[in-house]
Amino acid sequence: MPEQNAVEMRGVTKRYPRVVACDCVDLDVRRGEIHAIIGENGAGKSTLMKILYGMVRPDEGSIRLNGTSLIGHAPSDSIKLGLGMVHQHFMLIDPFTVAENVVLGIEPVRAGLLVDGQAARERVERLSSEYGLALDPDERIENLSVGLEQRAEIVKVLYRGADILILDEPTGVLTPQEVAELFLVLRSLRQSGRTIIFITHKLNEVIELADRVTVMRDGRVTGVVSASETTPGELARMMVGRDVLLRVERGEATQGEPVLAVSKLSAVGRKGAHVLDQVNLEIRSGEILGIAGVQGNGQTELVDVITGLHAASSGNVMLSGTDITNRRPRVIRDMGVAHVPEDRLARGLVPEFTVAENLVLGNQHHAEYCHHGLIDVVKIEEHARELIAEHDLRPADPSVRASHLSGGNQQKLIVAREFDSDPALLVASQPTRGVDIGAIEFVHTSILKMRDAGAAVLLVSAELSEIMTLSDRIAVMYGGRIVAEFEGGTVTEEDLGCYMTGAANDSRGQATAEGAA
Amino acid sequence: MSSPGASGTATRVSRIAGTERIVDVLAPLVAVLAAFLVGGLVVAAIGESPLRFYSTLFRGAFANADSVGLVLFNATPLIFAGLAVAFAFRAGLFNIGGEGQLYIGSFVCTWVALQLPGAPRVLLIPVLILASAAGGGLWAAIPGYLKARLGVHEVINTIMMNFIAVGLTSYLVINIFKEAGQMTPQTATIPIAGELPRLAYFFQSLGVPLPAANPLNVSFLIALAAVWLAWFILHRTTLGYEIRAVGHNASAAECAGINVRRTLVLAMLLSGAFAGLVATNEVMGFRHRFLDNFSSGIGFMGIAVALLGRNSPFGVLFAALLFGVLNTGALEVDLFTDVPRELILVVQAVTIILVVVGNEIVRRRREGGATSRRRSEATAIGQDGSAEAS
Ligand SMILES: Nc1ncnc2c1ncn2[C@@H]1O[C@H](COP(=O)(O)OP(=O)(O)OP(=O)(O)O)[C@@H](O)[C@H]1O
Ligand SMILES: [Mg+2]
Repeated sequence: MPEQNAVEMRGVTKRYPRVVACDCVDLDVRRGEIHAIIGENGAGKSTLMKILYGMVRPDEGSIRLNGTSLIGHAPSDSIKLGLGMVHQHFMLIDPFTVAENVVLGIEPVRAGLLVDGQAARERVERLSSEYGLALDPDERIENLSVGLEQRAEIVKVLYRGADILILDEPTGVLTPQEVAELFLVLRSLRQSGRTIIFITHKLNEVIELADRVTVMRDGRVTGVVSASETTPGELARMMVGRDVLLRVERGEATQGEPVLAVSKLSAVGRKGAHVLDQVNLEIRSGEILGIAGVQGNGQTELVDVITGLHAASSGNVMLSGTDITNRRPRVIRDMGVAHVPEDRLARGLVPEFTVAENLVLGNQHHAEYCHHGLIDVVKIEEHARELIAEHDLRPADPSVRASHLSGGNQQKLIVAREFDSDPALLVASQPTRGVDIGAIEFVHTSILKMRDAGAAVLLVSAELSEIMTLSDRIAVMYGGRIVAEFEGGTVTEEDLGCYMTGAANDSRGQATAEGAA
Repeated sequence: MSSPGASGTATRVSRIAGTERIVDVLAPLVAVLAAFLVGGLVVAAIGESPLRFYSTLFRGAFANADSVGLVLFNATPLIFAGLAVAFAFRAGLFNIGGEGQLYIGSFVCTWVALQLPGAPRVLLIPVLILASAAGGGLWAAIPGYLKARLGVHEVINTIMMNFIAVGLTSYLVINIFKEAGQMTPQTATIPIAGELPRLAYFFQSLGVPLPAANPLNVSFLIALAAVWLAWFILHRTTLGYEIRAVGHNASAAECAGINVRRTLVLAMLLSGAFAGLVATNEVMGFRHRFLDNFSSGIGFMGIAVALLGRNSPFGVLFAALLFGVLNTGALEVDLFTDVPRELILVVQAVTIILVVVGNEIVRRRREGGATSRRRSEATAIGQDGSAEAS
């Protein structure tokens, strides 16, 4: 009689110097189910999964995987027992092809020495077609979209024989379309008898996809429920311990003078292609302009050109009447432009710095923190304590290294820093990526407050619901152009989706014309 | 379903923040002890007594005030050279050019001193210290600029700059500045007003019997000040903050408006300045002139010192002192035991490797095992968990 549970964790505890990340956690995952793990930022979800995988050693507790007890195991041991993990930050080698990445480490060999490229390709194709993971084995990773990269990761894990898959926040970086495709894949994997554990902050995904849900709070399990017998509201209560407004109230704001005016802006990408093509847009004070679009259609470059991180090839960017085209990032920042970058680890913070140090990054030269070239450590720490309290960063300790924060808390740190500077223009890319529902509520409320106080906001998000709730106007980017522009509240998600994929662009030229005005 | 030993094998090193500090300090010490143990095995392997080897070594280093003075004297240039490497490293730059920078610093120091024969001491000493730092700093700023502007790798350029510096100073000393009527390739002596006083009299006045002939001089105090200064720049100035930000994550630094190129050049400039300060010991404190090829690798030892000291200024101090002990003790071992000279070098190198490895192991354990090798086998126990037996 095979055991019913694919994973059994008992009394698992992991203490870090300032927090107990997992506090006597029990987790049961049944064979063949899709099991969701939810919880606030810093609740210990990623840590629990890293312990299961063997990347982090627990202080106490026992683990059984497919009926085998694991003690002090390494990832290589859990992989042998059929566990696979799709990391949040993909671990693929960019210049290699999909097939090369998938077989890396256990390549099919020809003549005892040579990697058998043909065999590798065939196996990748077989796996892809079996589970609906459409993927070109010969494409290089660097040319793939995030969604396809994730597929490559999943195929790689399957290639290693995984029958239990862990996915840590797989949907955070995907477009709605890609999410739907991922769910199809996960369902077909379940059908084939595989077990799936996934972490998410999106409660509707939990209800839609999962069989059972484990809820965590402050390192403890606060409940295990069956997804069909619960509601997002109840899950939210279990996570946060209070009712969460799943929607924010937004009032009318009075709009003032134009703050940002971009005209005929073009830019050339790293590979020489035109990534921005004659973009025009204007944001007034007290206005939120949301940019919708599938990742890779010029949003990143638009943000980078405005903030001075990427050169414009023609056109110009005006900030409150001053030309800031191709000025230095510091000059632009100091003129009152705050920027929440889309890739938090690569650009938003210095992982080796403490929370306090990160909270002044970009403002370290301002008179508040710096006198005659000397930094005021006392002031920096005070400032950190204030922001930590205001934004509920956990652990509430300014001296923790940012790399030791949970993913969502890293994001909250960046948001706290950028929102604090009282900007004239806020450029926010994916501001709520990876943060829990309570924090989303807080970030959204803060963005609206900044708008009401007269800031202009440029919001870029893959999350259509976020764009729709917050924006006064919505622009859709496709192929480096703004292809449509709408007043907030006058458009449906489906319509936006059509423009985002380019499907509507020929038939509905009228909206485009309206947008260009 | 509890499996025994799961908690027993787990590391508890990082229970509370306080222990972290203690481990930080203890780790290198434990590593040094382990290193001596293995070094002893090497000595035993050639049939010599490890006990005698080490007792001679330590006697050589610690027998009396004179030998301790020598340890500090030998450590002084290594502190500067180590700081140079460590400082650049914090900006993410690998400065292999300490050797060239210290030659240029020393030469500039000597040259400036020779131009100012009548200058009073209060003026000349600060000027010479600045000249040493400026010489080394500007020399290092060249590869720094090439890196920042054109992206040319600093390792290649600092190495090339070493060859140029050695060749150039050699040429200048032999062909233009050689002391009149002498065969030795060296310049004339600098004015007495430019000499840094020895510390012997000072220590004698404190009752420490440091002989007047001991070469330990004020440069050692400058080195201590430089350690503090390096720490202060890195952790208490905006520039240091920006240097560290660039070193850890250049694209985040850029995104935060930090001028990455300028920061890189400044970091190299300061790094080279630390290397240039070797002149305070070698020229102003000891030789009182520029001797062709005097360094024989101080700049390169600086790389080992910095790695051993984990690129922290106080770590560099510790590491340089350890090198000072090994170098000073080695003379005694050479004189009084039959361990061949070459083997002393081997033991020294083994010691350093082990300290570095030991440091790394302790660090990884503390990080919570994410990258460390497992310590106990994953035990595959039968279906119904015979683990419960105990
Ligand atoms: N290496 C580490 N050193 C110190 N503390 C750590 C380390 N890794 C995680 N922590 C702490 O453990 C707690 C749990 O972190 P974890 O990453 O598991 O949270 P999470 O539930 O995945 O949150 P999120 O939803 O934000 O990703 C956090 O408070 C975090 O600061
Ligand atoms: Mg996480």
